[in-house]
Amino acid sequence: MKIRYLLLLLLVFSFLSVFIGVSNVSPLDLFNLTETQKQVLLVSRIPRLISIIIAGMSMSIVGLIMQQLSRNRFVSPTTAGTLDSARLGILVSMMIFTAASPLQKMLVAFVFALLGTLLFMKILEKVKFKDAVFIPLIGLMLGNIISSISTFFAYQNDLIQNMSSWLQGDFSMIMTGNYELMFVTVPLLFIAYLYANKFTIAGMGEDFSKSLGLNYRQVVNVGLIISALVTASVVLAVGIIPFLGLIIPNIVVIYQGDHLKNTLVHTALLGAVFVLFCDIVGRVIIYPYEIPISLTVGVIGSGIFIYLLMRRKKYGL
Amino acid sequence: MVNLKNVFKSFGEKPVIEDVSLKIEKGTITSFIGPNGAGKSTLISMISRLIAKDEGDITIDGKDIFKTKSNELAKKISILKQSNNINLKLTVRELVSFGRFPYSQGKLTKEDWEKVDEAIAYLELEEIQDKYLDQLSGGQRQRAHIAMTVAQDTEYILLDEPLNNLDMRHANQIMKTLRRLVDEKGKTVVIVIHDINFASCYSDQIVALKDGKIVKQGRACDVIDKCVLRELYDMDIDIKEIDNKRICFYY
Repeated sequence: MKIRYLLLLLLVFSFLSVFIGVSNVSPLDLFNLTETQKQVLLVSRIPRLISIIIAGMSMSIVGLIMQQLSRNRFVSPTTAGTLDSARLGILVSMMIFTAASPLQKMLVAFVFALLGTLLFMKILEKVKFKDAVFIPLIGLMLGNIISSISTFFAYQNDLIQNMSSWLQGDFSMIMTGNYELMFVTVPLLFIAYLYANKFTIAGMGEDFSKSLGLNYRQVVNVGLIISALVTASVVLAVGIIPFLGLIIPNIVVIYQGDHLKNTLVHTALLGAVFVLFCDIVGRVIIYPYEIPISLTVGVIGSGIFIYLLMRRKKYGL
Repeated sequence: MVNLKNVFKSFGEKPVIEDVSLKIEKGTITSFIGPNGAGKSTLISMISRLIAKDEGDITIDGKDIFKTKSNELAKKISILKQSNNINLKLTVRELVSFGRFPYSQGKLTKEDWEKVDEAIAYLELEEIQDKYLDQLSGGQRQRAHIAMTVAQDTEYILLDEPLNNLDMRHANQIMKTLRRLVDEKGKTVVIVIHDINFASCYSDQIVALKDGKIVKQGRACDVIDKCVLRELYDMDIDIKEIDNKRICFYY
């Protein structure tokens, strides 16, 4: 797949995304919009589009970085406890500062996501049995433990319903004023691009990095901080989008190899296209109602994931 | 010159290296031989600063390696660990280009790419340079890794069991390449090796290690000796001289 095809798909889907919805805005009206139509576009549709693109790009890239650093193709925010830790963080921030601003929530969620991921990486170092499928299972277990802690405290504080709203990723609530935090991820993606070479070398192992004079610890830490910050901001604004960080990078690796310089842009674009596609499907399938994005991504994504697992040998995953 | 003075290392309670002193001259091949668990890999990892020493001094050209900046050291010394477990999907050319990282931090200049091409040509990898590593045979992969260290262009090249899992032809090819690196480019090569006949035929210096101590060090003809080898491996080994090379029969 060439980059220009991905860009073309991104444009087509973006266009569709803006003009699909309950309030009728057609492309023909674009040059003489009524006041309501203008409002719909500016307050709801365009923010939604932007947040989908950012979430799709950033979660895919985070998955790619995490896979590179943990040297395992099945590690991602979903399978390393990062998402669950971020959720626990949001819960804690709501319990401690009842009127927490989104920024405060994000910072607490970031700290938790980072700690959770570090814990996972520590376990990874200690585990001797480095089977490719065993590692993400450990991550899933860790995630479930953290998640049950969240549920326990949420019950005690009557926050269950509140919490389940970030359990499911959902773009339908995105509106001007509640998604801007996601822009934090844009500079982070640039940093990831600058570090691309270093992440790839770090992915070859600590000894290999040291021999080339690369500060392994520092590079890994930068990668984990980027992953935790991105995850925290996306979970807070959109909710959990499962599998994204898992499937997209693995699809790109098949045709693009493992050098991050070659894969980053592809991964970002494919991630955005995939989420846009899933979002459009979720919006038209039971029109005028909507299926939450976590469901469509989960169904389509897990299908692709099973396919990848079955073809594992062929692609050398 | 690499100089080790009274180096000690233990993992937990267990001493792995005890009081090792050693000089490695420039422009030579030095082989570390000895039974499993002798501490060969630990020693080579310490010389390349991958593992910290407990006591003693390790200097390269008079500079303490643990006080030198890691990035500076990467231009002077490179190490290749047993490398066949890398499961990243990279092309040979991409791998070799990593060798230039200490100089360019990832933004390779025209000059860097010339060095990469040179290294690829030196190891005769031109035809497979755009293949992915996982499509290659063990011997080709090992050559690709050695090409990376050639591109890194360090005076000292350390290799931990470079002949592991290679057939005779490929093992021989690797040893010939290392010999060429020393003879043509004036590099200094240090290897950990199990096959004592390869060590005997290609090394300038052999260091025999057992239980973390040096049993004997010196020229190949001094170390490949019935008494030394008996002490080292607890078995009687017949040694024959063929074309001025000492060949061991242990079959």
